[in-house]
Amino acid sequence: MSATVAPARRRRRRTHVLVFLAPAVVIYTLFMVYPLLDSLRLSLFGVVDGREVFVGFDNFRLLLGDDLLSARFWNAVGNNLVFFAVHFVVQNPIGLLLAALLASPTLRGRAVYRTLIFIPTTLSVVIVGFIWQLILSPLWGFVQTPLLGRSSTALITLSLMSVWQYVGIPMLLFYAVLISIPDDLVEAAYVDGANDWQVFWRIKFPLLLPTVGMVTVVTYVANMNAFDLIYTVKGALAGPDFSTDIMGTLFFRTFFGFQLQRGSSTMGATVATFMFLLILAGVLLYFFGWQRRVETYEL
Amino acid sequence: MRTRSVIISALAAALVLAACGESEDPRETGDDPAEQPADDAADDAADDPADEPADEPEADGEQVTLVIESWRNDDLPIWEDVILPAFHEQEPGIRVQFQPTAPDEYNAALEAKLAGGAAGDLITCRPFDVSLALFEDGFLNSLNDLPGMENFDDVARSAWITDDGSDVFCVPMASVIHGFMYNADAFEELGLSEPTTEAEFYDVLDAIAEDGTYAPMAMGTADQWEAATMGFQNIGPNYWDGETGRLALINGEEALTDPQYVAVFEELSRWAEYLPAGFESITYPDAQNLFTLGQAAIYPTGSWEIALFREQADFELGAFLPPVPEGTDTCVISDHTDIGIGMNADTEHPEAVRTFLEWTTTAEFAELYSNEVPGFFSLANVDFELTDPLAQEFLDWREQCDTSIRNSYQILSRGEPNLENELWDVSAQVINGTLTPEEAAERVQDGLERWYEPQQG
Repeated sequence: MSATVAPARRRRRRTHVLVFLAPAVVIYTLFMVYPLLDSLRLSLFGVVDGREVFVGFDNFRLLLGDDLLSARFWNAVGNNLVFFAVHFVVQNPIGLLLAALLASPTLRGRAVYRTLIFIPTTLSVVIVGFIWQLILSPLWGFVQTPLLGRSSTALITLSLMSVWQYVGIPMLLFYAVLISIPDDLVEAAYVDGANDWQVFWRIKFPLLLPTVGMVTVVTYVANMNAFDLIYTVKGALAGPDFSTDIMGTLFFRTFFGFQLQRGSSTMGATVATFMFLLILAGVLLYFFGWQRRVETYEL
Repeated sequence: MRTRSVIISALAAALVLAACGESEDPRETGDDPAEQPADDAADDAADDPADEPADEPEADGEQVTLVIESWRNDDLPIWEDVILPAFHEQEPGIRVQFQPTAPDEYNAALEAKLAGGAAGDLITCRPFDVSLALFEDGFLNSLNDLPGMENFDDVARSAWITDDGSDVFCVPMASVIHGFMYNADAFEELGLSEPTTEAEFYDVLDAIAEDGTYAPMAMGTADQWEAATMGFQNIGPNYWDGETGRLALINGEEALTDPQYVAVFEELSRWAEYLPAGFESITYPDAQNLFTLGQAAIYPTGSWEIALFREQADFELGAFLPPVPEGTDTCVISDHTDIGIGMNADTEHPEAVRTFLEWTTTAEFAELYSNEVPGFFSLANVDFELTDPLAQEFLDWREQCDTSIRNSYQILSRGEPNLENELWDVSAQVINGTLTPEEAAERVQDGLERWYEPQQG
């Protein structure tokens, strides 16, 4: 941004910037920023005699202070973090391994594998949930243990189902980085006497790190907003004993109500606000704790 | 500069992604499970009421047109082809149109229409608090003096009555009855007969288990609600003496930790060994299929299954009452009120509406409705015959036994935590063996005492 630009030119430049920005700004503001801000506003209100009344932070105090609500809330936060941790621990290494295999120069039928591994990502969660429920069914499936029915295993099983579905995304992103690494870098390393192992960890892995971070933060946001898989497989009550209850299902029950439980739009908005804050915290942590520290290399 | 743009993009990313997540309407992904039985057939029958041939009469000026609001869109052909023509024949001066809305949109749509003065003349009533709220807001008329209301007893009225019992605001239309269905061919093959007492019930289950051909009982706990609805609420009324116990719970005279309630949980915990292996992750459709494929002998059930099972099972179906516990000589069944019909307080034709409502209290309506929608039984104390013998057997139980409704539905599920959801959770856990019957009873009682004053004493 130079200060010496002539006034006339600057005006012209501004107009076209506005024209190009307008569609995105208008649509995001109208359909995303405004609903989000309104939902934040709603969390500060309560309903008295059918009317919305400003109550300050009462909803937050109730959600964190009431022993029943706070137990459900922290249970959901904890489960959600476990859900994410499983993704982080399982999805990244498997995605990387698959990408490395795909990038191996001697592999034949690369496009077929790539497509097959990516296909689950494009499936509806309802279908994924249904298929896995059948595969894991003690009646019709291959597993005698009721993995989805016990509180000790249900959440991990659901997380792995989700990993299975979405592992194609990190694989593709890692793969794109791996094939963009210039051959001369790798060849130079070999000439210098490095073996395959060293080439991977010393040359390729540092170049992958920024992508690992990006995949992680995108997964984090998706996991914190997750709802559909749990709802499809376990229902809104997320049993057994709320062991698969995550923020999304808690929000659903609170906002819309469930069976004879009445919904509360204001308390629902409070839960949604916490979801937003958790996501924000995660994203900020990524930007300051990771993205700005990890070294990026121009290739 | 770079720091700021990073913060801004972080904020923007979080905003956008969070907004994405929230703006999805999760209600579109499925029906609520307890509605499933009734709505299974409904989903493909979402006819648009606008497509109906306009059955406006020739302009003779005297004819009145009434509109029924309903969530039962799978019943549309039944109303149009069978029920309404029968009424039109008797009352040529009144034309009635059935205009259903999708089940999961009904409550919200109806409330909006009523508030805007655009709702139909006749309102199909959800049971309990939803309709009570409409009555308290002045949208529904009291029907205390409607001729024919005397055909309904207190249990039938309980779903559409004010808490103090002073006003009834909907005509009870139909209920579902709980019990057990069994594979009669399997029973014959193994030389078994219908059990009537709890001891006989377990003898039968043991005999089936010993033979090994069939799973003794088809049920799972994955969806949780079957454990409460087909388990706890099915066998429970025999223990807590039906209405006596249900009302004592509402009055605060009994607690869920009393021995009779713990005993129900104890029975449920005994079921575990007769359920198929891995029942913790067996869902409602799994259990249905297991039974209709002839792989299980007994199925704890509600009468709404009759139509589906008739279609799918190629063996003889039988039904028996919830077995009575030791030392009990009377039986009580859960005859759960499900649908009613009431009068829009704003209707322009109150007389015509009353004429129609009066007709819904008659034996003619009871017989038409109960035959066309097998498994949903008219609540009127009038004589009517059903063509389906299995449905008739369920219906005959009303003569043999006292009736009650699910004890968590009236008043006790208004607070947080609500008793109905709590019962799903603990009933499933008792069968899974992760809660003892005593712990389960204590948990639901604690939940109730948190917000329900009569229980706090």
